[in-house]
Amino acid sequence: MSLDRRAAVARLLSGRTDLLVVTGLGSPTYDVAAAGDHPLNFYLWGAMGGAAMVGLGLALAQPRRPVLVVTGDGEMLMGLGSLATIAARNPGNLTVAVLDNESYGETGGQKSHTALGADIAAVARGCGIGDSRIIGGEDDLQSFAGRIHRLGESSAVGVLKISTGEDQRILPSRDAAFLKDRFRLALGVAAA
Amino acid sequence: MSDAPRLDAGSVAAAAWPDAIFDILKRFRVRQVAYVPDAGHARLIERVHAEPSMTPVVLTTEEEGVALSAGAWLGGERSVLLMQSSGVGNCVNMLSLVRLGRFPFLTLVTMRGEWGEFNPWQVPMGTATPEALRLSGLHVVRADAPAEVADVVGAAAVMTYEAETATAVLLSQRLIGAKVFAK
Repeated sequence: MSLDRRAAVARLLSGRTDLLVVTGLGSPTYDVAAAGDHPLNFYLWGAMGGAAMVGLGLALAQPRRPVLVVTGDGEMLMGLGSLATIAARNPGNLTVAVLDNESYGETGGQKSHTALGADIAAVARGCGIGDSRIIGGEDDLQSFAGRIHRLGESSAVGVLKISTGEDQRILPSRDAAFLKDRFRLALGVAAA
Repeated sequence: MSDAPRLDAGSVAAAAWPDAIFDILKRFRVRQVAYVPDAGHARLIERVHAEPSMTPVVLTTEEEGVALSAGAWLGGERSVLLMQSSGVGNCVNMLSLVRLGRFPFLTLVTMRGEWGEFNPWQVPMGTATPEALRLSGLHVVRADAPAEVADVVGAAAVMTYEAETATAVLLSQRLIGAKVFAK
């Protein structure tokens, strides 16, 4: 069984109040934009492998706000070491949601390492992020969605097993300077 | 004698310039200090770990620190990335985030492979470091002598945190002292 990516991401973001969101390049960026643009979304269109670390810097700077990174299996695989770096600080306000379709959707659907044996949740757990889970169905998704909006004791990683196939591309701004300024204004740190 | 490489203790441990860097970072309210462990920065890293206003973040690879720095600034905090010249090459694609986002970004790079280097594997990246940083859009300044460090790092901090630009400070191998290997 696998989840529909758009519905799953919309479910994770629904009812957001103080949530800060960082997206990994490609489909996760489109999925988050499809759920509704928001000034407290920072979309990456490149910097592959960096999404979780942008989330860590943000989470450390804003310890009272929940931070969600939404990224894909390919992007997370490029930054696997960042799971060890996150675990070393383990901020309770950081959650990483990996949308895992076991393929590189942007480049023709080639199999990714998660189709070939790699288990990102196990890697995260092995790095020291105790709350690392595979999310395969609606009940798991419900429980994970509850976790995202709260401040926990330590960081969390959820690997959402999603179906392959491409949805309509919902393209948010590609202007990183605009997105950065918009984010900082909305957060009230623009004069920092 | 151990086969493990050791640093020429006289050159770094006793030097005052790492403390001068620490004072500047503190004065500029730098909060997140990302680093890949490095002998040249060992004293500074120790000071950061002992400073309650700073959050040290140990990285597995240098480009993590570039992304961390962007996230810190999104959240309103200043950061710095400490690394060795060998790590500069790891950062190249991630620096597109700094450039396109016009993020303030400061990195302090201890140089290897440029002065009395024993290990040839350090030389290619050491030689390429200043140009690699410039090609990636950073302003590059350099300190060669202990007495210069405070001025150079202070000027770089102004350009980073006040002008909100991307700046790299190269701390020369001559300043740090070439690594000495036990025979």
